[in-house]
Amino acid sequence: MRMTVILWALTGAAGLAMGARDSCVECHSALSGDLQAPAVQMENDVHARRGLGCAACHGGDPSSDDPQVSMSRARGFTGKPNRLTIPKFCARCHSDAAFMHRFQPQPRVDQYAQYMTSIHGKRIASGDAAAAVCTDCHGTHGVRAVKDPLSPVHPLRLPETCGRCHADPQHMAKYGIPTNQLAEFRKSVHWEALEKRGDLSAPSCASCHGNHGATPPGVATVAAVCGTCHVLMQQLYDKSPHRPVFDAMGAAGCVVCHSNHAVLRTSPAMLAGPEAVCSRCHDATSAGGLAAAQMGASIQKLNEALNRSRSILDEASKAGMEVSEAVMRTNDAAEALVKARVAVHAFDPKAVEQPVQEGLAVAAETYQAGVDAMRERDRRRIGLGVSLIAILITMAGLWFTIRRLESQPR
Amino acid sequence: MAGGGFKDAREWLQERLCLGSIQEFVAHKTVPLHSATPWYFFGGITLFLFVIQVLTGILLLLYYRPTPSEAYESVQFIMTRVEFGWLIRSVHSWSANLMILSAFVHMFSVVFLHSYRRPREVTWLSGIVLLGLSLAFGFSGYLLPWNTISYFATKVGTDMAASLPWIGEPLARFLRGGEDVGGATLTRFFGFHVAVLPGAMTLFLLLHLALVQKHGISSPPKVEQEARRASKPIPQMAFFPNFFLRELMAWYAALGILGALAALFPWELGVKADPFAPAPAGIRPEWYFLAPFYTLKLLPSHVWFIEGELLGLLAFGLLCVFWALLPFWAVNRAGALRTRLVTGAGVALLSYLAVFSALGYWR
Repeated sequence: MRMTVILWALTGAAGLAMGARDSCVECHSALSGDLQAPAVQMENDVHARRGLGCAACHGGDPSSDDPQVSMSRARGFTGKPNRLTIPKFCARCHSDAAFMHRFQPQPRVDQYAQYMTSIHGKRIASGDAAAAVCTDCHGTHGVRAVKDPLSPVHPLRLPETCGRCHADPQHMAKYGIPTNQLAEFRKSVHWEALEKRGDLSAPSCASCHGNHGATPPGVATVAAVCGTCHVLMQQLYDKSPHRPVFDAMGAAGCVVCHSNHAVLRTSPAMLAGPEAVCSRCHDATSAGGLAAAQMGASIQKLNEALNRSRSILDEASKAGMEVSEAVMRTNDAAEALVKARVAVHAFDPKAVEQPVQEGLAVAAETYQAGVDAMRERDRRRIGLGVSLIAILITMAGLWFTIRRLESQPR
Repeated sequence: MAGGGFKDAREWLQERLCLGSIQEFVAHKTVPLHSATPWYFFGGITLFLFVIQVLTGILLLLYYRPTPSEAYESVQFIMTRVEFGWLIRSVHSWSANLMILSAFVHMFSVVFLHSYRRPREVTWLSGIVLLGLSLAFGFSGYLLPWNTISYFATKVGTDMAASLPWIGEPLARFLRGGEDVGGATLTRFFGFHVAVLPGAMTLFLLLHLALVQKHGISSPPKVEQEARRASKPIPQMAFFPNFFLRELMAWYAALGILGALAALFPWELGVKADPFAPAPAGIRPEWYFLAPFYTLKLLPSHVWFIEGELLGLLAFGLLCVFWALLPFWAVNRAGALRTRLVTGAGVALLSYLAVFSALGYWR
């Protein structure tokens, strides 16, 4: 059976590559509605572009104009595959390393195996036809390469694609899982980076959940998932006193403070004050509460010093002063601020204090550069005033000299 | 004793330098006195600003290093570390712009006062060459700080030269010192800016000044006609000291404006050029190249069978030749001056430059 499929695919590919006619496309293009759609969508299909025609998936004989012949069982026509069999159907080629090697030098062929470990695959295996199959995410006849920005699984479009089912309360009703993930994700810094800045390295759904093997990260694996990108935070958290406590409580690491889908921009207010996440567990007067307040105050102090420095340098720059070196130096203070924010994950005020002090020293230096630049601007203006007065006096002197010369009789 | 020493030295110099004839010339030199006399100051102001350019340029040379790895840093060093370096650099940049502005005012005042007439055709031509050299100074000097804007503006400018037929490619390669704007371009532009152009400028300036002295300062045709009608000579003002002191006042005014601009709006340095970075949005040349730049932008890619840019450049070339030959088409075969035609052409050119420069700046 498998050999037959591959032969279909190869003969179909060879035929298209040689420019052979395809009666499937010819007839379906002339039809309307749902029967025409596959022929139209195939124009942009990654399979069709690689020379795989309709017969490569559906079987049949595209060389015959007679539908009775071209779509006959005798010619291998299989028709529309059953939804529950779609993953296996696609896997006939996509799990065949030898076949896929014809199109890519290092093809990925583990999608089906991964899929069967996913919650989607398990439900399909149990006969739940509402679970997602390949075509739900990739499309059917207009399948595009993942790197194609119009592909529904391109990183910038993936949240919407997952949200088609996961944000649909009707679809999710029988599974009893929330449907607010997409709405929550849209509040997050990850969404901001992805959507507003078009940063393809920012995480979308598959970055944390996996794609073909999509599974919600378990409590024990959350830190590892976040730590894939936030390596230093994870290392500090693993060594921190919170790790064993959270593990014992069954609390999901990073999610406890940062949430899962709605990962908001961090600020010192998360550590100290009425909206502090620490205050959910630590009383303000407890050792933990005091440590959090101390870390929050240190970071706030550096934040303010950096803003003050940037503000005066900006003012000096607008006044035409050359302060680019000092502006560049503020990057060191900003880097120290990032280090201090990272160090918070050690939950030790001493770890935060070291980068804060380094940053404060740089911020003080750059602020002074700004103050010096503004003083220099004032000196220049005074110098200009004095010079202009001298020039005006000289011009007045010249004018009186001319008047005196011209009033004298020749 | 001291007075005797001074007198001896003066006599010694007079004998060897023929100062007497110069003194005689200056004592008898006059300037026509009429309502348009103040326009005569702009020639002197242009000269004054050129002298400032030379002096500040020499001071900048003490620290400037013309290599891609050091040019930007050396200008930054001048502006931040060298005592009054910021002032020297700002004055150099502002006076370059004011000099070109003043040269344009001088040229249009010559046109509207019809001072290009016989026998001053060569004076006009030498003035046109001087204006061209000033623009070349501006173009070559713009690249020297090696910042992003100047780098990409030079790229655009030399690309335009490359689109000329036949000579375009070799000309662009000669200007760039290679296929693209790079270190060789910077070295060449520096060489043009501090050696070739100053030499050429000095020669043409001496010729221009010599011709101005030889032919004297012309009076507008209307003033001449009125004097003829009244059978009276045109009133004259002694060049020295009367006109010279007024010119000195104009120079002081220019110095005050220059100082104010340099102190209140120091010439910015920008960001160091990165040849591998994409061209930033809004790249545009200096203001005096804005009108042709904007015109070329408006032209379609092809006009009939000619490339739009090429057509634009050829049109500008023809316009420059036509303008340079003004003294020759300004008179008809009978030798009469075509006053209205010249004034109309002057107004049209001035309007075009003003409107298209403004559009190029704001759009």
